[in-house]
Amino acid sequence: MTLAVLGQLGDAIDFIFDKREGPGGAQVGGDQLLPLLREHLLITIVAVAIATAIALPIGTWLGHSKRGSFLVVSITNAGRAVPSLGVVFLFFAVLGAGFFNITLALILLAIPPILLNAYAGVRSVDPEAVDAATGMGFTGSQVLRKVELPLALPLIFGGIKTSTVNVIATATLGPEAGVVTLGDPIINPSSYGDAGRLGAAILVALLAILAEVGLSAVQRRLTPQGVKLSGQAAPRRRLLAISRRRIAPTS
Amino acid sequence: MSPRRIIPASAAVLALALGVAACGGSGNGGSSTTSSSAPASGSASSAAIKKNDANAKTTITVGSKNFTEQKVLGEVYAQAFQAAGYTVKTALNLGDEKTALKAVKDGQISGYPEYTGTALLSFLDVPAAKLPSDPTQAYDQVKAGMAKEGIEAFPPTPFTSSNEVGLLKPKAEKLGVTKISDLKPKAGQLTLYGSPECRTRRDCLLGLEQVYGLKFKKFVPVNIDQRHEVLKSGQADVSIVFTTDPQIKRDNEVLLEDDKGMFPPYNSTFLMKQSVASSAGPDLAKTIDLVNKNLTADVMQELNARVDLDKDTPQQAAQAYLKQFKLIP
Repeated sequence: MTLAVLGQLGDAIDFIFDKREGPGGAQVGGDQLLPLLREHLLITIVAVAIATAIALPIGTWLGHSKRGSFLVVSITNAGRAVPSLGVVFLFFAVLGAGFFNITLALILLAIPPILLNAYAGVRSVDPEAVDAATGMGFTGSQVLRKVELPLALPLIFGGIKTSTVNVIATATLGPEAGVVTLGDPIINPSSYGDAGRLGAAILVALLAILAEVGLSAVQRRLTPQGVKLSGQAAPRRRLLAISRRRIAPTS
Repeated sequence: MSPRRIIPASAAVLALALGVAACGGSGNGGSSTTSSSAPASGSASSAAIKKNDANAKTTITVGSKNFTEQKVLGEVYAQAFQAAGYTVKTALNLGDEKTALKAVKDGQISGYPEYTGTALLSFLDVPAAKLPSDPTQAYDQVKAGMAKEGIEAFPPTPFTSSNEVGLLKPKAEKLGVTKISDLKPKAGQLTLYGSPECRTRRDCLLGLEQVYGLKFKKFVPVNIDQRHEVLKSGQADVSIVFTTDPQIKRDNEVLLEDDKGMFPPYNSTFLMKQSVASSAGPDLAKTIDLVNKNLTADVMQELNARVDLDKDTPQQAAQAYLKQFKLIP
């Protein structure tokens, strides 16, 4: 209609909002996308939740005990090199096609960034803060919960955000093994047409942006006031220090 | 269920197939065992390709797309053209059909074999729901459509590489089905596997539902490479496979007859730029006809089997075919 001026992009947007008959003969687009969207969101949430439940405790504990950096780095690097589609096919014989198989592949994809960031976040907490807490009589787990975790929160959330975006993008391979996600129009242009492919890609990109924005909001909620303040103060102080040092030699 | 149990079984079937074929072969002493295992039917009916030295001034570059059947077909045509006296080059493994067509148009290759269904869908933008189900009609439509782009489509092969409803033989016997329409009362208990696009295509699941009125218990989309694995492992009761898949024989599968003519044909037609085709003279069309004549679904299955399962090279498989049918000495 009016969107025709936008050409292919307009057609793709039209696909998102209005049902049509695709070149394969099926009704596609519009409300037919809802089950795909639901499946996509569900598998993303399940995969990221399980990955977080696994990687966060391990990462923070290793960071806290300042051990296992070799382990974390190796797992992360190896994990990043594994192609998700390969994992899906590898487990095909054992798990078959379906939700479980795809979820497992997505969990394996999501673990490395969360693990590494949790480890690095806790590990890089200022030792003076930890010493001060210990000096005040905090136990190990209190130090972890009340000092290290809050201070590591920005990095931890960075990991979860990275993983979520990765998972949203990779969940598009769902239809290769039994889960009809928003990847369906992307990998099957013969039944959805180019508009369907582009339209679904736009939706996936929007989901990724929404997830990023949403998780950032959650992160701001969870960050204690004190950490926020120190986070703001730090750059200013550093800026001053630099300028003073710059001035020093000339004077 | 365990894939490990399948391996000895399929190895036995394979050994059996080779053994039987070796016995039935016409005794090309001295050649490798596999080169005599093509089906013997029809081997007497074809004339050999005649060599014409005048053709040597014409160079034909044969292309193919990037999967087994295409590479074998490409080799078959290349070796046949060579036998007819042409100077032949090959550029096999070109990628998908769009890449291959572009190579023809740009003159990088002279021609390559393409399926009628694919040409209609991908080159002539016929929607999947409107593909003709009659092979002749499909070819005529391709010929007319491609002619407008300056490309000649030579008469197609007898074999078609279409979608088929496949299932393991014991299962088919247990269910007592030979035709797709036989599935109607049983579909509710059966799980169907197919490629991801199958779900939304009228020449696949949608057609089975609308034309045959089948309502399967579940449809599971899977990567197309898994179409036989899912049957072997027992995950799928029924799976959408292709006519010329070599696993059909080796895994003891049966294909249900498409009694309502729903699946569109995918016969292979050699596409060539018209200018190249006319400069190559009349021997070209004759050679293509001789080559195509014996390319039935059974033969194509066997050639694919040699490459995919027996690990022959496409050259070896192509040469065996041409020799088997006495097209080359």
